[in-house]
Amino acid sequence: MQIEGKNLSFRYGPKLPWVLKDVSLTVKEGERVGLVGPSGYGKSTLVRILAGYLKPEEGQVLLDGKPLPAKGVCPVQLIYQHPENAINPRWKMKKVLQESGMFREDIMGALGIEKDWLQRYPRELSGGELQRFCVARSLFPGTHFLFADEMSTMLDVITQAQIWDLMLKEVEARNLGLLMVTHNMELAKKICTRTINLEKMNHEMKI
Amino acid sequence: MKRQPVLSVEDLSVSFRMYDTGLEQADLQVISNLTLDVCPGEIVAIAGSSGSGKSLLAHAVMGLLPGNASVTGKILYKGMLLSQKEKEKLRGKEIALVPQSVSYLDPLMTVGAQVTGRTPDEKTLKAQKEIFQRFHLKEGTEKLYPFQLSGGMARRILVSTAVLSNAQIILADEPTPGLDLEMAVEALKIFRELADEGKSVLLITHDIDLAFHIADRVAVFYAGTTVEIADAEDFQKGPKALRHPYSKALWEALPQNGFKPIPGFQPYAKDLPKGCLFSPRCPYKTEECEKEIPMTKVRGGYVRCIHAD
Repeated sequence: MQIEGKNLSFRYGPKLPWVLKDVSLTVKEGERVGLVGPSGYGKSTLVRILAGYLKPEEGQVLLDGKPLPAKGVCPVQLIYQHPENAINPRWKMKKVLQESGMFREDIMGALGIEKDWLQRYPRELSGGELQRFCVARSLFPGTHFLFADEMSTMLDVITQAQIWDLMLKEVEARNLGLLMVTHNMELAKKICTRTINLEKMNHEMKI
Repeated sequence: MKRQPVLSVEDLSVSFRMYDTGLEQADLQVISNLTLDVCPGEIVAIAGSSGSGKSLLAHAVMGLLPGNASVTGKILYKGMLLSQKEKEKLRGKEIALVPQSVSYLDPLMTVGAQVTGRTPDEKTLKAQKEIFQRFHLKEGTEKLYPFQLSGGMARRILVSTAVLSNAQIILADEPTPGLDLEMAVEALKIFRELADEGKSVLLITHDIDLAFHIADRVAVFYAGTTVEIADAEDFQKGPKALRHPYSKALWEALPQNGFKPIPGFQPYAKDLPKGCLFSPRCPYKTEECEKEIPMTKVRGGYVRCIHAD
């Protein structure tokens, strides 16, 4: 399997400058790709387009030659930088996992999710603990690609290492494709098989 | 020469009154017995676990805690005990905060006006232009509204605001996430320059590898208290120069230093362990660790561990 962005162009309004212009990239299964570049160059915009959250103005996103499925669970999953904004604040954590169909002992064990946390609300957990739930629910059986948009920048380095350790084990065991946005070159060196520099690829300069 | 600290926090504890089950209320202690000071011309970096009370400390100093918080201990500014009223008077003038969340920007005000104030004089405008240039924010950025900025741009605006405030103390709560290395280093350089002019900076950060190189001292937080305070130099040297097992674990978890995580989690404020807060994860735990552990001086730094030598 592979996901391909073909000549993607995007801007946040018809009169605003292009954020992305004519950007193409491919991520294959089993690959771990780092997306780097200065801030404000459209890294987050690009992964949101690839995951199907934004529609490109030009170009298309193809999963094995076909557009992303409009219905059902998406084989491409995005993990955000701020877990506290990605989880329903009025649900207990057990319900969060149940909704995604990932309320499974083996996953919770692998991700170090403690039983006690399931009865808590999101505000009663730290960012690192919440991020584990976000990883857990993105790992349902139909997932083939994981996109991580600065998934660990808000976490302390121990929690960061813990979460990446778990992610990499899953990515390896299931031969998933990984695309991560990061500013930390040391982290990219440790995790990625190759890196893409958006500054060099993007044809248009921005504000 | 012993310098007079410009800000000192003594034995600070912060707890929140929360509803438990039904109408029963319980106090959740999130900061316990925390002591820290910062001198003029000094950058003190605060490293440590996510959810260890780093931001709460900044909010306590600024007097921004919500109504259900109760604070004990002392916060002194230039030797003067600060009450809530005085904190409100000083904040933004003598003590400035770089908030952690980019949502602290006013969504209905151009970022230029937020950095300079509504009626800036020539000097402020010039300073604003200079700092935007240093941060690679193109001309015209000052006329934009926060929703038109990327995360990294908003972050640079927040830092600019604090720099232009001319405050004596800057509390920078995570000023670098979302910034590429060049910009992160530029932000830290600006803090260093301010410190060299005699200001004081408390730098809360997870980018500890950068912080170790520009800070003078580093304080390591865990579960709401300080476990080690030492010269930044020791943190550059590595685990052998460090004193607390948690500080060593932090160093070893950096991607460039092995990327090795220790197992386990920081305890939740509701069920803190007795004695040493790190003991459930500590390989050197003994029975003695269940007693109260004071900060002690070891090799020129302070550590909250009875096994440190």
